[in-house]
Amino acid sequence: MNDMRLVERDVSNRQAKIEARGVQVHYGEKHALKDVDVAILDRTVTAFIGPSGCGKSTFLRCLNRMNDTVASAKVSGNITLDGQDIYDPRIDPVQLRAKVGMVFQKPNPFPKSIYDNVAYGPKIHGLARTKAELDEIVETSLKKAALWNEVKDRLSAPGTGLSGGQQQRLCIARAVATAPEVLLMDEPCSALDPIATAQVEELIDELRTHFSVVIVTHSMQQAARVSQKTAFFHLGSLVEYGETGQIFTTPQDPRTEAYITGRIG
Amino acid sequence: MSDVMAGTPEGARGGSLLEGSARTKRRRAREWRMKAYGIGAIVLSLSTLFFMLATILMDGVSAFRQATITFPLTVDAAIVDKTGNRNVEEMAKVTTIGYKRLLSQGFVAHLAAAGIDTAGVPEKDLGDMLSDDGPARLRDMVLADPSLVGQVVEVSVYATGRIDGYLKGRVTRETAERDTNVTPEQLDLADNLVAAGLLTMPFNWGFLTGPDASDLRPEASGLGVAIIGSLYMMVLVAIFTVPVGVATSIYLEEFAPKNRFTDLIEVNISNLAAVPSIVFGILGLAIFINFMGLPQSSSLVGALVISLMTLPTIIIATRSAIRAVPPSIREAALGIGASKMQLVFHHVLPLAMPGIMTGTILGLASALGETAPLLLIGMVAFVTNYPAGPFEGGVMDPATALPVQVYSWASRSDPAFIERSSGAIIVLLVFLVIMNVAAILLRRRFERRW
Repeated sequence: MNDMRLVERDVSNRQAKIEARGVQVHYGEKHALKDVDVAILDRTVTAFIGPSGCGKSTFLRCLNRMNDTVASAKVSGNITLDGQDIYDPRIDPVQLRAKVGMVFQKPNPFPKSIYDNVAYGPKIHGLARTKAELDEIVETSLKKAALWNEVKDRLSAPGTGLSGGQQQRLCIARAVATAPEVLLMDEPCSALDPIATAQVEELIDELRTHFSVVIVTHSMQQAARVSQKTAFFHLGSLVEYGETGQIFTTPQDPRTEAYITGRIG
Repeated sequence: MSDVMAGTPEGARGGSLLEGSARTKRRRAREWRMKAYGIGAIVLSLSTLFFMLATILMDGVSAFRQATITFPLTVDAAIVDKTGNRNVEEMAKVTTIGYKRLLSQGFVAHLAAAGIDTAGVPEKDLGDMLSDDGPARLRDMVLADPSLVGQVVEVSVYATGRIDGYLKGRVTRETAERDTNVTPEQLDLADNLVAAGLLTMPFNWGFLTGPDASDLRPEASGLGVAIIGSLYMMVLVAIFTVPVGVATSIYLEEFAPKNRFTDLIEVNISNLAAVPSIVFGILGLAIFINFMGLPQSSSLVGALVISLMTLPTIIIATRSAIRAVPPSIREAALGIGASKMQLVFHHVLPLAMPGIMTGTILGLASALGETAPLLLIGMVAFVTNYPAGPFEGGVMDPATALPVQVYSWASRSDPAFIERSSGAIIVLLVFLVIMNVAAILLRRRFERRW
């Protein structure tokens, strides 16, 4: 919000939820992310686009400290969630990940029942005191993920028995169940067929009313369809960040233009 | 067709698709040879296995039957209770020599009474057809129940190893000629006893339950002590190795930093798995017996030594089971805010459990067959007393183990022990098969829980 570039017409009333300043990531010798500054707005869908290996997934994984699990990864710079430095040593990454949920490229439900998949997060974070409360969280989460009607009669069936698209929506329900403030999605549709993709995209638009969504995607059409803000990454740098419509129609940087017109990538 | 094909490179190679080119034929031949080698290797190993099993079965099955002579015997008070007051302490002064006389006399008397042709066997040799195991058992029976004195009881006594061998075809009249322990006349009498129904071949429970016996009475030797010893060891090995092995694996896989020190640990675990087992025996002798002063020949020391050998196997199996848990599940759990502990105990361990179980049971199965280290810590001893119960310090009592029993029987001179050691191998194999089947069943059961 204090960066003039971020003031956009349709999301101008939104506050910055996550602010990143000078974020650098090294994987051993490899400099994977160079000096990224970005502000993710509240209740907005932000798309990260760019060619393979450009650092967009790396940056996404910095936002909930999933890079901590990679031994060789070194993150520097400053990322704040609601003004709080998430790399502060006093911060518990476990708490952070309850607030910043994540959905992965490949649907990865736990090999448990549909119910247990969704109930797992609330259980470990103590969000429900009674069974009835837990039941309600499971139901509302599955409803938010537009899966309730399909699975309400077989909540005890294994989550791994669902179709690919249903599994991905189950993973979204699982992430939604911990009442996150930000939802990170790492190419959530790349393993799905077009119909399932359309369902998930519709869902993303729906989820935007509750919290910020950050989506990494390879598909520029998808970015254009679901997001209000788009960031273009190239060779580890954030090249351009702005309103989605502006990025796709009047890109400021020649590299962005080259990418969206298909000349690099 | 040729019009279409003519312009293409495939067409240029010529020939119909029905007839392969020389190159394809060579490729085919190579494939066929590869398959033939594979099938040949399988046939070779299966036939070796079959040959081994067949030999063991042929030699060993007879150990499960035992020639037994059954006859009514009057427990003569004049021999077993001279004072006549049925005082157990007084009666205990009569040794097995007295009971041997009692049995011989009773046997001779019954043969005469039943009118069985003794085939010219002198009276002295008649009693020698009964195992020396008989008097001891009769003595125990009478001392346990003094009211039997003066009564007529039906006694079943093992026939000696030679008579047993005759009924199993191991002893013939020709070998009996040269044998000082048996005469051809005794064999004739054995035939008569069989005809009269006195000499039978019932299932030999004593082989499974009885303790070992000396070279002089192979017919009385049993696996009881060895089975108890092996059982104690397996339970103790499982108790020692599973918690330590699983904890080690979890720490190394999930928590340990990757540095030179943990690399060193990893290399050494693999090395430990390759150390010859006899070395562990020497280690056990030096540490557990000489340094810590634990009793020799005890199942506890055996279990400790075998645990050292089994640990690397279990650690390696557990680590690979943990590593096989898909990273996507780890990401899912971490991404939702699970802690390391929750990740391990809610997701990784349940998924790795079938692999851990299988690895553990297979490790235990190979431990069950381990012999060399047990020889060094004295479990090859001749043990005729059963160890006490597991909660009465039985693990500290001297015991043997199944494979060691096989070894010690195989090295004895009496040919009757050949069938005994093969029989012991059959028992050992049955235990191994049971453990392997258990591994498979557990694996199936756990895998079905997705």
